[in-house]
Amino acid sequence: MARLLRINTRTKKVTEDTLAGDYAGLGGRGLTSRIVRKEVPPTCHPLSAANKLIVAPGLLTGTTAANTGRLSVGGKSPLTGTIKESNAGGTFSQKLARLDIMGLVLEDKPDPDAAFQVIFISKNGVQLTEVPEISGLGTYDASTKLFEKFGSKVGIMVIGPAGENSRLASSIQFTDPKGNPSRAAGRGGLGALMGSKKIKAIVIDSQDAKAPEVADKEAFKAAAKRWAEILVSHPVTGQGLPSYGTSILINIINEAGTLPTKNFRDGRFDKAADISGEKMVELINQRKGVAKEGCHAGCVIQCSQKYCDENGQYLTSGFEYETVWAFGSNLLISNMDHIAHLDRLCDDLGLDTIETGTTVAMAMEAGVIPWGDGLAAIDLLKRIYDPKDYLGAIIGNGTAFTAEAFGVDRVPVVKKQSLPAYDPRAAKGVGVTYATTPMGADHTAGYAICQNILKVGGDIDPLGKQGNVEVSKNLQIATAAVDATGFCLFVAFAVLDTDDALDTIAKLISSRFGISFTADDIGKTGIEILKDEYSFNRDAGFTKAHDQLPDFFIQEELPPHKVKWDFTVDELQKAKVEI
Amino acid sequence: MKIQVTCFATLARYSPQGGVLEVNPGATPQDVLDLLAIPGNEVKIVFVNGQNSGRDVLLQENDRVGIFPAIGGG
Ligand code: SF4
Repeated sequence: MARLLRINTRTKKVTEDTLAGDYAGLGGRGLTSRIVRKEVPPTCHPLSAANKLIVAPGLLTGTTAANTGRLSVGGKSPLTGTIKESNAGGTFSQKLARLDIMGLVLEDKPDPDAAFQVIFISKNGVQLTEVPEISGLGTYDASTKLFEKFGSKVGIMVIGPAGENSRLASSIQFTDPKGNPSRAAGRGGLGALMGSKKIKAIVIDSQDAKAPEVADKEAFKAAAKRWAEILVSHPVTGQGLPSYGTSILINIINEAGTLPTKNFRDGRFDKAADISGEKMVELINQRKGVAKEGCHAGCVIQCSQKYCDENGQYLTSGFEYETVWAFGSNLLISNMDHIAHLDRLCDDLGLDTIETGTTVAMAMEAGVIPWGDGLAAIDLLKRIYDPKDYLGAIIGNGTAFTAEAFGVDRVPVVKKQSLPAYDPRAAKGVGVTYATTPMGADHTAGYAICQNILKVGGDIDPLGKQGNVEVSKNLQIATAAVDATGFCLFVAFAVLDTDDALDTIAKLISSRFGISFTADDIGKTGIEILKDEYSFNRDAGFTKAHDQLPDFFIQEELPPHKVKWDFTVDELQKAKVEI
Repeated sequence: MKIQVTCFATLARYSPQGGVLEVNPGATPQDVLDLLAIPGNEVKIVFVNGQNSGRDVLLQENDRVGIFPAIGGG
């Protein structure tokens, strides 16, 4: 029976339920958002004892179906004050699923001077221990020591100094199959929530655990085979992503005139070629890195990589388009090694790369460091290791906070979460998503770049208004459902273009659980999730006035297409599922 | 007339020298693909001046043409 473990971080008491009642049949984002909706007071302070941190593998995680090892992490976001689901790769999720743990809930909070704890979960149960030698450490050193202590086969969920000090831009990091803590539940400051509960790491050992059985083995096997074919035969998931990683987008987004440059002043960067996926692969090959890796076992797309420095030493992995943009064209930095160092620092400090890149832009706006100066940006981030460094404290708290600290009024955030790597004026479908998703500005919540630019799943003009509200709404529903399954969102490229893909997913879910689940139920699942999320936000005090982009997008034309943001408040509301 | 042409990702090897191509007035993106011997089925997206374009539109002097295979990420 699917297990729901609750750990009281103050009393250290562990209780176990099965998933029943309101939680029956839920997984991933479906479960995290339902628990937040039912159990977290919407108006609570996100760092208070009333908030909860929830970790949930997807419905299909732990099975042999390809690309099902993703994890949802939820809570009330310290950054935005909204409900939050942040989705991560790494090996942790499959290990939870192998122990039949569908949800892990951290509750309450210890006294402020209590020592940080490490939670160890195995088939023998749950233990909380102090591991004082890892307190204050970056996630790389901390996970090295945890592997030494608990064995090399464990999966680790860990925060860095940023999360320990409850910085609002902090992430939770997860170890990948090679043991590097380079996969992040980045968005929304959930590392600060984990830090407030005084949990430095959760270590999971699923050795010798008997994975839950699939209900209808034959049907599942057939559906899983077709599923892998769908992914491998699509040109994006079968070739484009494996060959170049996600940074393959730099050039096309730049050509499309929607690559935000110098804090969203231009849609093109004259040095885009220097930070492109093509360039990254060239450097990786020269330095004997690895151009193609999965973030968990069973990923057939493999968009991750091993990026080495000038001396051939491992520097970072999971080095994604969004990160290259955030520290690259956004800051006018064109040195790929500087950008890779900044990525590494974020993973080690436990910081969201998107939020931190836009935060450094605020420091550049204010003249704290010069535009384009990668080395100065590296020095700036290093200050976040020191909990007493006031400048580090400001930068670690994200874009909106840093802008306020320095009196900057060009602040690319929605609900205090920073915009990612597409200018909304020249990619209007994703702009609608930024404005209206319950998460604060987030591209993954409804990735209309597919239809606006990449011509996957349709063709909608990115510069005009027509069709962009509808496409964002439909994608937000579909994405919520995908996030409940444990699928990596990149499967969407193939799903959108393949006729029997939704049926195949429905067959996987039906045969996994021995229930009748149809393609129609996928959409219903997404709608239910969004209802939980929007109603939580409403009760937390969010109104349609919060579903807007910053004024400068309305006032300033974006070169080269000379376009502005021009949706009204009420037009945007049509992108939201009605509560 | 001269136009600017760049081919990306798996098609990069087809880019013309210096990124500039001489074409006849009245040329279309399809003519560009033919001139550069790019197999049409490997091309997913053609941009003219940063906007998605059909392969049969008329190109103008100095137009900026971008040619891409199927691409995704995010
Ligand atoms: S495609 Fe990339 S993000 Fe998705 S599961 Fe594979 S490595 Fe992870």
